[in-house]
Amino acid sequence: MVDTSLFGQARLVAGKDLRVEWRSRVGMAQVVPFAVLVLVIFAFALDGNRQTLQQLTAGLYWIAVLFSAVMLVQRAFAVEADPGVREALRLSGLQPAAVFAGKATAIALQLVVLEVLLAIGVVVFFTAELDGWGLLAATGLVAPVGIASAGTLYGVLTAGLRVKETLLPLLLLPVLAPVLIGATRAMGAALGDVAVDGWSWFNFLAIFALVYVALGLVAFGPLMEES
Amino acid sequence: MTKADAVTTTGSRATRILAALAALGVVWLVLLGLVFSPADQTQGELVRLMYVHVPSAWLAYLSFSLTAVGSAFVLWKKSQWWDLVAASAAEIGVLFCGLALLTGMIWGRPTWGTYWEWGDARLVSTLVLFLVFVGYLAIRRIPADPTVRANRSAIVALIGVVNIPLVHFSVKWWRTLHQEATVLSTDFDPKLDDLMLFTLFFSVVVFTLVFAWLLVHRFRIAWLEDQVDMHSLGIALDERRREAELVGGGS
Amino acid sequence: MSNWGYIVLGWSATGAVLTAYAMRLMARGRALSRQVPEGKRRWMQ
Repeated sequence: MVDTSLFGQARLVAGKDLRVEWRSRVGMAQVVPFAVLVLVIFAFALDGNRQTLQQLTAGLYWIAVLFSAVMLVQRAFAVEADPGVREALRLSGLQPAAVFAGKATAIALQLVVLEVLLAIGVVVFFTAELDGWGLLAATGLVAPVGIASAGTLYGVLTAGLRVKETLLPLLLLPVLAPVLIGATRAMGAALGDVAVDGWSWFNFLAIFALVYVALGLVAFGPLMEES
Repeated sequence: MTKADAVTTTGSRATRILAALAALGVVWLVLLGLVFSPADQTQGELVRLMYVHVPSAWLAYLSFSLTAVGSAFVLWKKSQWWDLVAASAAEIGVLFCGLALLTGMIWGRPTWGTYWEWGDARLVSTLVLFLVFVGYLAIRRIPADPTVRANRSAIVALIGVVNIPLVHFSVKWWRTLHQEATVLSTDFDPKLDDLMLFTLFFSVVVFTLVFAWLLVHRFRIAWLEDQVDMHSLGIALDERRREAELVGGGS
Repeated sequence: MSNWGYIVLGWSATGAVLTAYAMRLMARGRALSRQVPEGKRRWMQ
């Protein structure tokens, strides 16, 4: 019996993506090491200066998340790149909105896992002292929703193009600039690095996430039909 | 048009009149902006940069708005005409946006002391807007079926436009929520006298004329490109068909 | 650089970019309109 509800279909797609990801272990073997590598590279670039690194922890952390997110999005659509798979997905009778929700959820969940690992990374490499756990957790949960939604939208736009590797970051990163600002500020506030109201930045991230979830649910239909 | 080698252009009577008006306007603008208009009390002579910076920025916003409107019509009415308008406006918009940023930086250096001021929300969001539409142009360049290309780029343009308030808001908030002493006043509120105000208004008119001329030509080029594509596709198809017939006849 | 240096730089950069773009458009239009079959040429009589 095929589940016809949006939620059920989305869960189906998310489950499928996560299973594929789990079996291929590309995420484990490439994206996680890449994210950690970004942290290490920053340490090299900033002279391994503990004080500087500690001060810039929030910014460097979210840049690492953002770059890894671009990789994850590319992964999520490389899975569908085989000729036939996209058609099968399109003809499966799944609602486009459900495909969007499912793919975005899968990416968001992977990002959350990645964030936890990166948090350990900044504690180890940058001697960051994590604090303000409530705000940290809230930011860590809502930012990936916005990143994954925008990423899924642009992912399907560029999927199947020969130049997707270069085009996706060009399109996606300017759009994610507000997330970078918001998440960095919120995390900085949680760590006590900057004296700003972190929760208002959390609200901003939530608005961003809502806007892009809504856009994705609406725009995915016409996008899936054609590309 | 009888001779094949006669000069053919994207010009027409209307555009030639437009070009003449724009050229006349440019001459007057140079005289007004660089010679006749007075120096400002606080800004000094530097206020003259306003007459190229402000109209460039205005036309960047106008172009991108036109792209957004065109994109909405593409998705709503499946209009190919609007797709070409959107594409043409976007390219010219990127041009003017780049000029606005460039002249802004040139202006910022002597007034703020830096080429770039991250505290200015308008400047930073204009930069993001510029990058978004550079991406739009990049995705347009990818060869694709015209309707696929139209839909795809329309969605990119509309997402880009939806994104503007988010960027503007976040940048504004980013700086105002944590501001050390305001070293540089980014507010520029000059007391414009009448001739300065007129020159500014005149510069916007002249730049808009130039914009109109560019847009018409760019649109005609976009239209011609599609014609050429279809024409050469037709030729290729004919050849393919002939080949198939030859092969079919031989066996 | 003096203030007038910045002014001249700003104005001439604007003029140069717009002129170059306009010239390129005309050249492209000329090249393209030759490739289009006779009957499909609008604006040109």
